[in-house]
Amino acid sequence: MNITPNEYNEMAKKASPGTKSYKTIPAAFLVGGLICTLGQLLNNVYMDAGMSKDTASTVTSITLIFAAALLTGLNLYNKIAKFAGAGTLVPITGFSNGVVSPALEFKSEGYVLGLGAKLFVIAGPVIVYGITASAVYGVILYLFKLY
Amino acid sequence: MSQRISKDTILLTNAPSILASAAVVGKKEGEGPLARHFDIIYDDTTLGEETWEKSESKMQKSAVEKALEKANLSSSEIQLLFAGDLLNQCISSSYGLRDFDIPFYGLYGACSTMTESLGLASLFADNGLLDYGVAVTSSHFCSAERQFRLPLEYGGQRPPTSQWTVTGSGAAIVGQSGKPPYVRGVTIGKIIDMGIKDINNMGAAMAPAAHNTIKTFLQDTNTRPEDYDLILTGDLGKVGSDLLIDLLKHDQIDLSGVHQDCGKLIYDLEAQDVHAGGSGCGCCASVLCSYILKRIQEGVLHNVLVIATGALMSTTSFQQGESIPGIAHLVYLSDSKGS
Repeated sequence: MNITPNEYNEMAKKASPGTKSYKTIPAAFLVGGLICTLGQLLNNVYMDAGMSKDTASTVTSITLIFAAALLTGLNLYNKIAKFAGAGTLVPITGFSNGVVSPALEFKSEGYVLGLGAKLFVIAGPVIVYGITASAVYGVILYLFKLY
Repeated sequence: MSQRISKDTILLTNAPSILASAAVVGKKEGEGPLARHFDIIYDDTTLGEETWEKSESKMQKSAVEKALEKANLSSSEIQLLFAGDLLNQCISSSYGLRDFDIPFYGLYGACSTMTESLGLASLFADNGLLDYGVAVTSSHFCSAERQFRLPLEYGGQRPPTSQWTVTGSGAAIVGQSGKPPYVRGVTIGKIIDMGIKDINNMGAAMAPAAHNTIKTFLQDTNTRPEDYDLILTGDLGKVGSDLLIDLLKHDQIDLSGVHQDCGKLIYDLEAQDVHAGGSGCGCCASVLCSYILKRIQEGVLHNVLVIATGALMSTTSFQQGESIPGIAHLVYLSDSKGS
């Protein structure tokens, strides 16, 4: 008996276990929430220390980016992310990890063609489409303001 | 002289032997259920090298050296190397083996390369074209990840169907001798594509190729699964193995009693958190060249079919939305030369 590719795709789907969402979604919620809480905590501490609201937000972001970069270098961020999934991917820490990890990985191909060229291999698309989206958003906002 | 009995299958009438074999692996494999069968376990998976590519090359070289040592042969007595790996342009093999000064055939059959190289070496030996040849393949988790997937330090999750590339290498020395294991036949696999596109589900992509090759061999030789003690696939993992059994069921062939998969044997799937199992050229190579060949030598296993399976895509074809073609080459091993 011959099985068609369509039938086989159905078989493969049935044989492939799905992601355990009941575990991964709460884990992402928990860790993502913790990172955001930590951010808020830092923000409050910086403001208590006398920083303006804007400065405190900027310094909070810098602190989180640094912490994620450090944890990536210590080979710990990926271990947390294995548990947390989107919880560590979505906050600004995920972006930091996305830049630092290829920097570490492709160092072996040299500082220019390796590290330099591959630095934005993961974050690059996010930057490209992030900026594009913000430009589109700006145009829409401008048009609305005309009337 | 070898005898072709169909388009796909060749019987090796002189039945060359595997004179010696060696398997070297990394730390994770050394913590798995087959640990005591491996010749060398490298707890430092860099092997003291600066790059992962060099680590893999060194591993392949050490597998060949260990096999030579076990066969009590020097490298100058080897007439041909059949080698392959997963990296672009097969650099693990060419850089790892360049110092040997032995004629070299570089092969690419993705994770099917172990049976491809062993099959070719056996065909040469069977036809008197070489006294001693070596078949060797390797894979390294870290070099494969950086080529095919994402940086090691990147924080991401693997889906449950994904497999873990084995850090390991296996080498087998083929020649004429009066001692088992003997290579009695080969079936050369065809490229089979059933339209699977999920790069995180290699087992599903390769199972149809294994199905085709096994079915072809059984038909060509007019045998049944019960005639073998073990039918061993290379790295289908859990998902691919289940699919293979299912596919063969449609042909009224029941493989469930005798089937095993190297990707399932090499790790404790749950405890070692490898999801669907092991994969890579080094998976079949390290399991075959240690545990399995040993069991044939000891007479525990008599007739064994080994079918290493490969997924023939590249990162480019994947990004272009192509499906994943699979291939599976079969080698028939036995503890007797046959009639």
